[in-house]
Amino acid sequence: MLRQIEGSRAIAETVALCRPEVVCAYPISPQTHIIEAVGEMVKAGTLAPCEFINVESEFAAMSVAIGASATGARAYTATSSQGLLFMMEAVYNAAGLGLPIVMTLANRAIGAPINIWNDHSDAMAVRDSGWIQLFAESNQEAADLHVQAFRLAEELSIPVMVCVDGFILTHAVEGVDLLEQSFVDAFLPPYEPRQVLDTNAPVSIGAMVGPEAFEEVRYLAHLRQLDALERIPEIAQEFFEASGRDSGGLVRPYRTDDAEVIVVAMGSVLGTLKDTVDLRRDLGERVGVLGVTSFRPFPSEAIRDALKHARQVVVIEKAFSIGAGGVLSSDIAIAMHREETLLRTVVAGLGGRAITRRSLEKVLDDASDNELAPLTFLDLDHDAVDRERARMQATRRSGPSAENLLRDRGTVSQKADA
Amino acid sequence: MTSQDVHFYQVGSFAVGNRLLEQEERTVQAQVDRTNSIDSGHRACQGCGEALGARYALDAAMRATNGQIVAVNATGCLEVFSTPYPETSWRIPWLHSLFGNAPAVATGVAAALRAKGIEDVRVVAQAGDGGTVDIGFGCLSGMFERNDDVLFICYDNEGYMNTGVQRSAATPPAARTATTKAVGAEPGNTFGQGKDLPRIAMAHNIPYVATATVADLHDLERKVERAMEFHGARYLHVLVPCPLGWGSASNETIHIARLAKESGLFPVFEAEDGVVRSVSPIRRRVPVEEYLKLQRRFAHLFGPHPRLDVIARIQSMADANIERYGLVSPESLEESS
Amino acid sequence: MFQIRIHGRGGQGVVTAAEILSVAAFDEGRHAQAFPSFGSERTGAPVVSFCRIDDRLIRTHEPVMEPDAVIIQDVTLIHQVDLFSGLSRDGYVLINTSSSFSELNFGDFFDQFHPDRLMTCPATDIALEHLGRPLPNAALLGGFAALTGEVTMEAIDKAVREHFAGSVGERNAAAVKAAFDCVASKIKQVARASTN
Repeated sequence: MLRQIEGSRAIAETVALCRPEVVCAYPISPQTHIIEAVGEMVKAGTLAPCEFINVESEFAAMSVAIGASATGARAYTATSSQGLLFMMEAVYNAAGLGLPIVMTLANRAIGAPINIWNDHSDAMAVRDSGWIQLFAESNQEAADLHVQAFRLAEELSIPVMVCVDGFILTHAVEGVDLLEQSFVDAFLPPYEPRQVLDTNAPVSIGAMVGPEAFEEVRYLAHLRQLDALERIPEIAQEFFEASGRDSGGLVRPYRTDDAEVIVVAMGSVLGTLKDTVDLRRDLGERVGVLGVTSFRPFPSEAIRDALKHARQVVVIEKAFSIGAGGVLSSDIAIAMHREETLLRTVVAGLGGRAITRRSLEKVLDDASDNELAPLTFLDLDHDAVDRERARMQATRRSGPSAENLLRDRGTVSQKADA
Repeated sequence: MTSQDVHFYQVGSFAVGNRLLEQEERTVQAQVDRTNSIDSGHRACQGCGEALGARYALDAAMRATNGQIVAVNATGCLEVFSTPYPETSWRIPWLHSLFGNAPAVATGVAAALRAKGIEDVRVVAQAGDGGTVDIGFGCLSGMFERNDDVLFICYDNEGYMNTGVQRSAATPPAARTATTKAVGAEPGNTFGQGKDLPRIAMAHNIPYVATATVADLHDLERKVERAMEFHGARYLHVLVPCPLGWGSASNETIHIARLAKESGLFPVFEAEDGVVRSVSPIRRRVPVEEYLKLQRRFAHLFGPHPRLDVIARIQSMADANIERYGLVSPESLEESS
Repeated sequence: MFQIRIHGRGGQGVVTAAEILSVAAFDEGRHAQAFPSFGSERTGAPVVSFCRIDDRLIRTHEPVMEPDAVIIQDVTLIHQVDLFSGLSRDGYVLINTSSSFSELNFGDFFDQFHPDRLMTCPATDIALEHLGRPLPNAALLGGFAALTGEVTMEAIDKAVREHFAGSVGERNAAAVKAAFDCVASKIKQVARASTN
């Protein structure tokens, strides 16, 4: 049913339809509304049987999910940013143990400096963990992806995180067509564990593995993720046939067939990009957008196919590797490995800085003039940076950079003796 | 159950006595059909107190629950020596996740069982002192606070033994460890630190808290079975000497555990809802030296330049415990004189 | 697409206003999107929320850079925050104040704007009268409906009653109507004045 609803609420109600048996989470902006809504449903009895555990930290949240999943229960949690880092050990543990936990990652920047707004640095921090990572373009897709996520996770015994841009999507009120219980029940059968703690058939789960077998265990996990490359589009296709909606899949090309310049991105910025591309197309420019939905496993082949005819590829990404460059870009570069195509990285939206159509148009202008540098930072205030560098050069005790920059902007009041 | 003292004067201990008891009063370990939850073939050191404690505790839990328990184990000696790839010595369902999250993982297992309406399977979480009082502390407190239906057992050998005998918040003052070496003006672990986990557990007002040692099998088994009568968060703190880490003889593990109790350094008691309900009195009190001198981790307190001042401080800790818990009863005072 | 930006302070229901507006548009069969710009919960700090209304699916998620209408819930923001950035000369402005627009000292800023699109409305007073509390957000939506016609008053009324339960909903709905009437009559006055 189509409802005007907050993204978080749409996700919560869809997760509830998936009949999770154990939900455990620790509050962190901007995930709070999701967990609050699920908790309310459990307390009111509308989501049952389900145990809702108010845990004391994110580390506990993922740990509770691990225990529950190993006992054969469908387990769900949600977090962001700092919370994800706090549970990092358990995140790797869950993937290594092959437990089909589903987690909503409400993407948020990682500090310091502390920042509660959206970017993709949190997802990038765990990209090597063995979790499947799916990025939602809209709240509609965010809701739909959770159903596909449980199905995928349980089939392959791989945990799945659904990445949803914090605030931009989670706190936006938009029209979302929510699924019916009967649809979800038909799409998502009860969880049949591959391994389970059962007093009738005792097993030991989580033993130490030494050099003699560790590589093989890791490789098996890699192969399972490569299996996911097949299953993700198949599940998305099944979802499409049942619902009529194009949610999920590996990549989503938009007007790329004859494009000379293709912009690649993930998440909510794709919507803004599509509007931008339409405007440029009206002006006769051959430009398109490629959305990457499955970031892990990384769909190298699908990406290569989509980009191979482009003259220039501009990756707009909300994360970067300090001291190196783009993150998504490097995966794209490896997938492409074609010298004729120019690859450009634009780092944008860090710490929640808005990505405006105006700025995107400037990027496309530079791209079409072949004036886009290999790595740029969208809307970066170079003067402010230069001033801070000058301060640091002038005196050893230059103080915390973050504060200096904020004071420069007038956000923080002047020092008393200034 | 009323406990009956069987004094076996020839041996000087209470270790032998099952043959003089009725069948139903014998220990689980005396039963041929005991589970052997942790079976032989594990790789523990000779004389390992933790291997003993785990077997005692889990077999008792299995009997108390008719064989229906799931064990969650933290990283540590027990986990490592019980599951050397590709073998496992566990005969029960067993899950190891991480070092600091055993209480939370156990919460998850209990929640799953409840969600599935499985009422007869109970959850036992176990960890060493490191995984309980240090890195596991946050999760433990959370589990206690929520009153999750988990029996948490801490096997306390007073240090991080698996990684090479480093100090934990359970390491007693003056003890030598790799990170509190016996050098300088204040050799060994610092005074005035440490956590009293049993009392912290009691402060959470959980249904049942008890301490025990591997020296008194009947007592330990009874406490496990008592714990299983409750639902909610329960905590059992078991002193398990470590010959390697403590520098003691591998055949003296049980003896040393008994001396820990008899000196007053390790009070043995039970508490319910935050209040001490019963105490295991000291039978024949010993001065702390009797206990300390058997362990090379305290060797620097003896020898040609003994640290009588340090020993005196340790003695006063024992005295304080005896006072606080009433460990020396008037009857036993009569007996020992 | 019609884009609205709402300015106010934390605790004044700025985010709720955008949400109710989007629900009203949705109830009329249109596509709508509402979202806030702030994050931390902090009473009194300047807050901005956005709303988009369109007949087509709304894909973009950038903040509203070029609003068609600006609603200002707290007049003390006027010289503190750049409230009118991106507003075109055909834009609408609705300010919560008992002063008239000309009394607000904007200088010549609005000279090229349409006078019947620049309105004030004493929404706080209306709210105090009907709700007993100085929460002007719902009332201002009534004023918005009168000013722009982008949503009907009936739709705002329904959305307000859905959002606020029971008598609180009724009283908010009454405030909506009062503000609607207030702005509607001011627009008529301006129209009469310009034809004179």
